[in-house]
Amino acid sequence: MNRRTAILLAGFLLLATVPLFAALFGQPFYVDLFRRVMIFAIAALSLNLILGYGGMVSFGHAAYLGVGAYAVGVLAHYGVHNGYLQWALAIAASALVALVIGAVSIRTSGIYFIMITLAFTQMLYYLGISIEEFGGDDGMRLEVKSQFSGLIDLNNGNAFYYLVLAILVLVALLGHRLVNSRFGMVIRAARSNEARTRAIGFSPYPYRLAAFVIAGAVCGLAGALLVNHTAYLTPEFMNWTRSGELMFMVILGGMATTAGPVLGALALLLVEDALSGWTQHWQIILGPLLVLSVLFFRRGLAGLLFGKDE
Amino acid sequence: MNIVLVLEQTLNGLQLGVMLFLMAAGLTLVFGIMNLVNLAHGSLYMVGAYLATYFYQLTGSYLLGVLLGLAGTLVVGVAVELVALRTLYERDHLDQVLATFGLILFFNELMAIVWGPAAIYTTLPAYLSGHVELFAGLRYPLYRLVIIAVGLAVAGLLWFVVARTRLGMLIRAGASNRAMVAALGVNIRLLYTLVFGFGAVLAGLAGLMSGPIHVVQPGMGELILIEVLVVIVIGGIGSIRGALAGALIVGMVDTLGRAFLKPMLATVISPVAADTAGPALASMLIYLLMAAVLAVRPAGLFPARG
Repeated sequence: MNRRTAILLAGFLLLATVPLFAALFGQPFYVDLFRRVMIFAIAALSLNLILGYGGMVSFGHAAYLGVGAYAVGVLAHYGVHNGYLQWALAIAASALVALVIGAVSIRTSGIYFIMITLAFTQMLYYLGISIEEFGGDDGMRLEVKSQFSGLIDLNNGNAFYYLVLAILVLVALLGHRLVNSRFGMVIRAARSNEARTRAIGFSPYPYRLAAFVIAGAVCGLAGALLVNHTAYLTPEFMNWTRSGELMFMVILGGMATTAGPVLGALALLLVEDALSGWTQHWQIILGPLLVLSVLFFRRGLAGLLFGKDE
Repeated sequence: MNIVLVLEQTLNGLQLGVMLFLMAAGLTLVFGIMNLVNLAHGSLYMVGAYLATYFYQLTGSYLLGVLLGLAGTLVVGVAVELVALRTLYERDHLDQVLATFGLILFFNELMAIVWGPAAIYTTLPAYLSGHVELFAGLRYPLYRLVIIAVGLAVAGLLWFVVARTRLGMLIRAGASNRAMVAALGVNIRLLYTLVFGFGAVLAGLAGLMSGPIHVVQPGMGELILIEVLVVIVIGGIGSIRGALAGALIVGMVDTLGRAFLKPMLATVISPVAADTAGPALASMLIYLLMAAVLAVRPAGLFPARG
């Protein structure tokens, strides 16, 4: 086991102790906070697959959070509370949306790719706002959380916490395997030099599209978790600022690393929490902090922790 | 659907179009010349609206408010360029998007701290309010006509500056080969600051003109910013001609879509279904248009020569 794996393992073990400490100090709020952190870490990990490894700067990743959340919310709205069904739909629907968005977007590159992914997400955002049946602008409450036939009760804060942690570990592990597989090599090769990738006989498009769909599906699962976490959903899940936050988590933590997005989600959400507890005008501090981190903190938290690039 | 209504909505579309153009011109120039994606362009729009409203209330003169608002936006724009954006020109688009995103948070909160988070409604002086009877049956707000006139005048001025003056020559040269312009002894940093300040003033102008039509509030810049991004992507990023075409197309499509899509759908599908689908489709229309344009022409309608 090398140093990197050891640190990662230690980090996950630390996360596993959060409910214990929260109970010890009588602060159940922290279970909530860290569950939220881990849900966003899953979303950020999925974005990292295309942004970090694939070099596809998607400015619309919040779309899949929204699609996943709406898949659960809409089924619940019509009285279907079966969690297996809800989460399967969340993953399938966001994969399908990612397929459509990806098929058009990946034809473009550079700034056009950034803009078109943003535009597609805005489209879904306005769609969410205009459907009155599902609460329109206000969104709707999730009265009953996803039911897993007695196997796990999401109303139990700690049980839900460990479920999210397990999914996070699984996503990190599978993501790591994926980017080091033959498939992952092609994605990374296409990022560093498209012409050479073509020259050795790979057409990047299908590989990129597949990565885009996988990222969308995983983020859809994060959306299903998020709606169960907050017990309500609104089109704000798909707000473009949410996409920006996800990008920040990846960059802040360190692109193209497994630990980076997790660290980034942790740092951004904890700083947000600390600042908003201190002043209601916390964004006036967060904004310049973000600017400074882009200007001067190039390698991200993972680079700080692990040294050289992965 | 009567002809008066169609004409009125067409004028509304034109008005939105010129407004979008004022924003798009600055954004596309900054992209074309400095290769900078500036999401904070919407913040300058907001700053213009706030400053003009503030100075109007302070001095009691609308015209003075406008002039001071524009000057203030210029100062803010140049300050932002010097402090934050200058270091971003050489970075990749990802860094630029993230850093200017941070600036948006800062400016929105700043406006909320200085002028409060609530929306501010502004009034017009008597000589700009009221309606003009264009012809029998069509009384159109004078202020919107003024916006159209100002927008078209600025478009003309912009064409003159870019196509006929020395500064415009440098701008065009800078857009096609920056390194060469610098090598020829032109102070490229000064040119950048000038272009950025110019774009800031145009954004401020759009913002302060929109104040009396919409409301002035934190976050007002982002609503139009995303539409403007659609405009420059449709037009071809870096091209002023494209920005004008894109702005007029988006302005028309958006306005006419919101006005007529529902009644048109109602003739095809049931009125109840049209009630739901109409507004949903209308608000998505420009994004669908953009996706369609990019699917056919991935570099926009008028790709800038690079």
